[in-house]
Amino acid sequence: MHFQLTDEQRALRDGTRKLLDGRFGRDRLRAAVDEPALDRALWRELGAAGFFALRLPEEAGGVGLGLPEAVLVFEEVGRALLPGPLVACELLAGVVDGVAAGERTAGLCDGSAEAVLWEHPADCDELILVEGGGRDAAGAPGRAAGVYRSAPDRVACAPLTSVDPLTPLARVTDFPRGAPLAGPDPSRLRREAALLTAAQQVGSAVRTVETAVAHARERTQFGAPIGSFQAVKHLCAQMLVRAEIARSAVYAAAVTEGAMDVTGAKLLADEAAVRNARDCLQVHGGMGFTWEADVHLHLKRAWLRAACWGVAAEAEEALAADLLG
Amino acid sequence: MDLAYTEEERAFRVRLRDWLASVLPTLPARPDPRDWPARRAYDTAWQRMLHDAGYADVHWDAAPTIRLIFLEETERAGAPYVGANFVGLLHAGPTIAVEGTPAQRQRWLPPVLRGDEVWCQGFSEPDAGSDLASLRTRAVRDGDDYVVTGAKIWTSHAEVADWCELLVRTDPDAPRHRGLTWLAMPMDAPGVTVRPLRTLAGTAEFAEVFLDEVRVPAGNRVGAENDGWRVTMVTLSFERGTAFVGEVVACRRVLGALARAARANGRWDDAVLRRRLGRLNADFAALWRLIQWNVSEAGAAPAGRGASAAPGKGGGVPGTGGSVFKLRYSHARQELYDAAAEVLGAGALDAGHEWVADRLSSLSYTIAAGTSQIQQNIVAERILGLPKGR
Ligand SMILES: Cc1cc2nc3c(=O)[nH]c(=O)nc-3n(C[C@H](O)[C@H](O)[C@H](O)COP(=O)(O)OP(=O)(O)OC[C@H]3O[C@@H](n4cnc5c(N)ncnc54)[C@H](O)[C@@H]3O)c2cc1C
Repeated sequence: MHFQLTDEQRALRDGTRKLLDGRFGRDRLRAAVDEPALDRALWRELGAAGFFALRLPEEAGGVGLGLPEAVLVFEEVGRALLPGPLVACELLAGVVDGVAAGERTAGLCDGSAEAVLWEHPADCDELILVEGGGRDAAGAPGRAAGVYRSAPDRVACAPLTSVDPLTPLARVTDFPRGAPLAGPDPSRLRREAALLTAAQQVGSAVRTVETAVAHARERTQFGAPIGSFQAVKHLCAQMLVRAEIARSAVYAAAVTEGAMDVTGAKLLADEAAVRNARDCLQVHGGMGFTWEADVHLHLKRAWLRAACWGVAAEAEEALAADLLG
Repeated sequence: MDLAYTEEERAFRVRLRDWLASVLPTLPARPDPRDWPARRAYDTAWQRMLHDAGYADVHWDAAPTIRLIFLEETERAGAPYVGANFVGLLHAGPTIAVEGTPAQRQRWLPPVLRGDEVWCQGFSEPDAGSDLASLRTRAVRDGDDYVVTGAKIWTSHAEVADWCELLVRTDPDAPRHRGLTWLAMPMDAPGVTVRPLRTLAGTAEFAEVFLDEVRVPAGNRVGAENDGWRVTMVTLSFERGTAFVGEVVACRRVLGALARAARANGRWDDAVLRRRLGRLNADFAALWRLIQWNVSEAGAAPAGRGASAAPGKGGGVPGTGGSVFKLRYSHARQELYDAAAEVLGAGALDAGHEWVADRLSSLSYTIAAGTSQIQQNIVAERILGLPKGR
């Protein structure tokens, strides 16, 4: 059994981190907070780097890698807080023209969610809706499970002020459906979307541990670094525990692709990202409550991701039912 | 990143499964938990069977993945746990294997592997628990012997042990960590008095051990004089490693049984309880993955994800991956048996119920082998690199 990363996987992770550090550093992150429109030049660059074509077969011009590699890349994406319809474009490369190369963008909506949310509505050239394919397999009453496409200008939306400054949102109220797309399988799309979302949560959770630890080493009170106080130390230790346990679950789910493995991994990754961001905020004191610090960006994105592709209540119910299965 | 087992690993699993299926039905009934001599006899007889079938040294010599498979399969099959062999097999034995002289290995290891001799661990003292390095039991050199005087406490299996891995102070003037020595003490030596202590579960699982001028031959010293702290760190890294593999398998089985019991008695209709069990399902599945990760890392080249996961010093500190695991596992185990109590309802007041007994014993998990607070200090200081403090 060789669960650890291969040399190639390590190189992929390191390369992705370097690319994102160079092209989406702190200045760009803060610029995106002020102006959240998608950076199309960066998108094309990511496309050219094989970011979206990662899992397309080489014959189709892709990189020919698997879900574990995609998870490693998305962990880095989560770490860098890179905005955009990333999960959608990763999953729809090869389905929607131009997405693999980063020339065009596509959004992906969960038609079974309590509220059908659309990320980056102003920046999507196409919108795809997944209906059904969840635990109940069938779609909402009167709707067949399937994957549908629509031109963005035909979709009716209610405006919504997104809690995450980096991710504009709209709430879809009407989605005119054509015939279902032939290619993608709804339950598989859903599973992979959940897993790639979970991978981003892990990246964010690891980043907030690092940020908290760095601050705890620097900041001095009572004549000592606050990281020498046990109350602070223990917060940081639990942050690492959460991140590591979630990462093990996410990596394993990437290997097995099992429905329950993905569900459990998403649950733990959501918890790790949200709780770690909150503890990171606490370790930063008043500074953590400012717009200026990046902590809130991690927390808000973690909240958003936790609400997408399977929320905690559904996951826990599914995992409970699995115990009887 | 792969979870597939090799041809050799699969073959080992199949062989082991077949063997377990053939021998387990021949085992006698489990002894009464209050009868220590019977427990010792049962546990050592099982070790002897493992030995004769060629599985005795799986904890020491086998590749980490083979060891994982062994622990997983024995638990699945409902085989006996290491029990009284715990310290010898998982603790003192591995330490002697690494730090002992050839003669010491020859003297002490085969009897452990055969199930002939049982060990206990004499580290903690009444005034030295978490702060182990403050221990005061004295050993004074006299000719070819050390003369040992002091008191140990919480010594598991002391009543039935033949040997004790004993940590003593040989240089009271040296800095605390520099004056300690690791000795193998025969439990039947004159001057050793064992007084069993009853745990909150009602049984005597550990004991006080009083030492009054006990003579221990200098040849029983493992490692150099005053180098006992380093030897001890080797020992502790074994203890915090894969010691809990079988238990995680067992917890997952209990969780399934809890769900079925809840459905049978109607408590399954309670969404709060259901969701709690669902979350525990995710927790134990992830703990199992973390074990697989740690085992896989241990079996591979030194470089690992630790370096990126851990800001500061990075991974590679022995036993620290075990601290992350133990923190989460001990907590999850207590949650599991709290959930069991909820499933049982008023039945949770029946101390005779297996789950209630296990609920009681689960309370020790956040204390024994380094409390959760100490584990958090270890994670914060040694993995995350936060400054030491008080
Ligand atoms: C079931 C069981 C079996 C055991 N078997 C053995 C055995 O076979 N051999 C053996 O040698 N020992 C054994 N032990 C002892 C065990 O290792 C100690 O109980 C443990 O290390 C804690 O020490 P203590 O009991 O003295 O508690 P203390 O160290 O007094 O701790 C009391 C409380 O203070 C906290 N605390 C202490 N120091 C710090 C600090 N620096 N920072 C934050 N909090 C702190 C602790 O977390 C704990 O909550 C066993 C214990 C149990 C429960």
